[in-house]
Amino acid sequence: MNRGVFRFISVGSTVSWIVLFVVIPYLFVVLFSTVSYEGLISGVIDLSLDGFREICSSVFLEVCISSFSLALGATVLTLLVAYPYAYILTRLPEAVKRVMLLLMIIPFWTSSLVRTYALIILLKANGIVNSVLLYAGLIDEPLSMLYTQWSVFAGLVYTLLPFMVLPIYSSLQKLDWRLVEAARDLGATPFSVFARVVLPLTMPGLIAGSTMVFLPALGLFYIPDLLGGARSMLIGNYIKNQFLVAGNWSAGSAASVVLTLLMCLCIYGYFLSARKARTESMGGMP
Amino acid sequence: MSRVFRWVYLGLIYAFLYVPIAVLVVYSFNSSKYSTNWQGFTLKWYGQLVSDSPLREAFVNSLVIAFASSVCATILGTLAAFAFYRYRFVGRKVLYTFIYIVMMSPDIVMGISLLMFFVTLGLATGALTLLIAHITFCLPFVVVTVYSRISGLDRSIIDVAKDLGANEMQVFRHVVMPLLMPAIIAGWLLSFTLSLDDVVVSFFTTGPSFDILPLRIYSMVRLGIKPEINALSTVMFALSLVTVTVAHLVTKEKT
Amino acid sequence: MERQPIVSLKEVTKRFDDVVAVDSLSLDIYQGEFLTLLGPSGCGKTTVLRLIAGFETLTSGEIYMNGARLNGTPPNKRNVNTVFQSYALFPHMNVFDNIAFGLRMKKCEEGLVRRQVGEALEIVKMSGLENRMPHQLSGGQQQRVAMARAIVNKPQVLLLDEPLSALDYRLRQEMEIELKRIHRQLGITFVFVTHDQEEAISMSDRIAVMNRGAIEQVGTPIEIYEEPENMFVARFVGEINVFDGVVREVNNGGATVEIQGRLFPVQNRKNLGPGRAVKVLLRPEDIQVAIEGEWTEGEPYLAGSVEEVIYKGKTVDLVVRLDNKESINVTQFFNEDQENVIYREGQRVHVNWLYGWEVVLPS
Repeated sequence: MNRGVFRFISVGSTVSWIVLFVVIPYLFVVLFSTVSYEGLISGVIDLSLDGFREICSSVFLEVCISSFSLALGATVLTLLVAYPYAYILTRLPEAVKRVMLLLMIIPFWTSSLVRTYALIILLKANGIVNSVLLYAGLIDEPLSMLYTQWSVFAGLVYTLLPFMVLPIYSSLQKLDWRLVEAARDLGATPFSVFARVVLPLTMPGLIAGSTMVFLPALGLFYIPDLLGGARSMLIGNYIKNQFLVAGNWSAGSAASVVLTLLMCLCIYGYFLSARKARTESMGGMP
Repeated sequence: MSRVFRWVYLGLIYAFLYVPIAVLVVYSFNSSKYSTNWQGFTLKWYGQLVSDSPLREAFVNSLVIAFASSVCATILGTLAAFAFYRYRFVGRKVLYTFIYIVMMSPDIVMGISLLMFFVTLGLATGALTLLIAHITFCLPFVVVTVYSRISGLDRSIIDVAKDLGANEMQVFRHVVMPLLMPAIIAGWLLSFTLSLDDVVVSFFTTGPSFDILPLRIYSMVRLGIKPEINALSTVMFALSLVTVTVAHLVTKEKT
Repeated sequence: MERQPIVSLKEVTKRFDDVVAVDSLSLDIYQGEFLTLLGPSGCGKTTVLRLIAGFETLTSGEIYMNGARLNGTPPNKRNVNTVFQSYALFPHMNVFDNIAFGLRMKKCEEGLVRRQVGEALEIVKMSGLENRMPHQLSGGQQQRVAMARAIVNKPQVLLLDEPLSALDYRLRQEMEIELKRIHRQLGITFVFVTHDQEEAISMSDRIAVMNRGAIEQVGTPIEIYEEPENMFVARFVGEINVFDGVVREVNNGGATVEIQGRLFPVQNRKNLGPGRAVKVLLRPEDIQVAIEGEWTEGEPYLAGSVEEVIYKGKTVDLVVRLDNKESINVTQFFNEDQENVIYREGQRVHVNWLYGWEVVLPS
């Protein structure tokens, strides 16, 4: 096979798949967000912004705010758990490191639903945690841990942890530890070594990890659904309901467009800050 | 940080990761239906699992879709990664950025957009639409995994192969493919797991005629806790453990 | 040597976007010769090699091989092979499979493959290491495998892209000798690219000195070193001292040049007329230094004092500061007769040279 034919096949297959099943479907979303749903059913294309008007309501705003705060909270929590973990890991001997990393990743090859379900069993009123605490005499009556903000956080951290751990770990792994020694040698305290050397140099990993946790946390609807009960309405649930319950495609599409724009903004911010972090860490310490 | 603190911290993390799974596994052998207490060893939940034919069907469906979609995504994605590496074409950068965005963008938007697309085309949601959807969301992961390996290759290796008389197809088969094998396997495995795990996209792109495991579990869990789910989860965990081990051994041997 | 070009480049130009890598370059490469493309990095020498190999397509011009036009032929259809700077051994194949690759692509019968790979391994003195993987080999061994992998295909022309630059000094010298030996043994044409002038001079039959995508001079190593045609070649190949002067008188074949107020007789190969500003070039080893007491009456000289003495073992290198404040480099070989001469810093000296050892170029 000559170069031209092979090139045509390899480039063509990718481009056509992406265009057909990503670009065009997405254009449908954009189209439906601007075209009246009722009009479309009766065969009339009727430009309107009803969808956007619908989601300008305070309901949607509330949904957005609670989704954002939930995703943000989950990101911060995951970061707080993952950073020390990755830091400890990089300081271990190579063989131990590999085993530890494998042990970190194994659970994530299992269905996230299964793991969410496991958390339910653990946290429910007559679950293991309560039994242990009661038995130990630490509490007098079962705590209600399930169906709270905290159980949702726990579920999100449980599901998204490796997305934070791996980028941070790889940037810590690339860190030249002689810099830490140099900083110590120059009289820096352990804290300032961390704040002025380690943290800035691992910023790209940290930003990458945070983005990779924040974005899915915004969209995952089944974890808050299962662990938070029906009480918290999130963007994911909102869109799902507009399509499957309310049958309001315009509003659902409009909400999807808004969500995508927010995501693009996040990704753009991520690229900018990642580039900034990279150039800074290459241009030496300030 | 003191040594003790380090190990305690690591211990807590791994407890967080494994205790829930361990509890599931233990409960799956507990003969009590509701209680948290241990009431004796039983295999009856596994028995119920086997006799539950809709569940079995969903399980098989899931495996079929995961296998088919991961294989398709791996072939397409490997070709794409090769194309990105080897050729300069119009819109190359745009396409690569786009693939990145698709990878990071919310599942729900992909699910919704595909749903609208299929409905508008008049395609009934079912096995075919699900397959297309799964290939689509697996594709970027394969591209990125394989591309990151291929971009680390010494470009002159391809030149050498051509210099020694290999044509484009032979370069791909005898040189690029074997060198990429670990990344291709990793990409395939990732796709397989993602496909098996996916709830959100599948939720929108399959129809009642074609039930798959994650959706079945989702609806079962929403209805409450059942010991069969424990058994099912244990089976799934064991399966993924085997897959990871095999993958680990295979990729290790190849490099 | 049969004067029949095997590869002919005719006004070859290669442009990458706005950068002209090779600019209307013409060069004939002859059967069986060892030709070196020498030049600083970015001068386009590797591009010339890649154009011959077929990795790059010409912007304009023609390349002929054995008289046949080669422009559109892909690399896998050209009877040339390349040894890359990075060796580019296939990391997933052992030594045998690496070397056998080209033959297998040609669908050679496996017995023949076995025999020819064996021969190639023998030529590069690597017999017995067939089953090693590339990462188990030293740099020098990898280099030999890369050579074997190219020559096993019996190319008419072997292209070598800075193949020695990754090796350390001693190994490089060893491989220089090996390369020469292999070249003699095979009798095929070698086109060698390097930025190292010593390497070029010690190995080549001919050298093409390149600069900014064009050839500055083509010639034997002796011609390039002793008779550089322009300042670039003179400065790039070896160390050189440059004196500014003016032609005062012309006589048959020679001329008198005034340098720093003194008159020196020089050869006038370029027929430069009186009044012409010139540069007189001298290699450090071509300059004579005389200390006080050795000065000969009547010979023209430039006066100065020794500024630095660097003992090099075989030679002693001097930096002499002339009275006009210019400094020059001089290399003195130890000479049985001068055994006792030990130069001191600050010592007054006269420098001059033998008629005909200089190179005179127009300014």
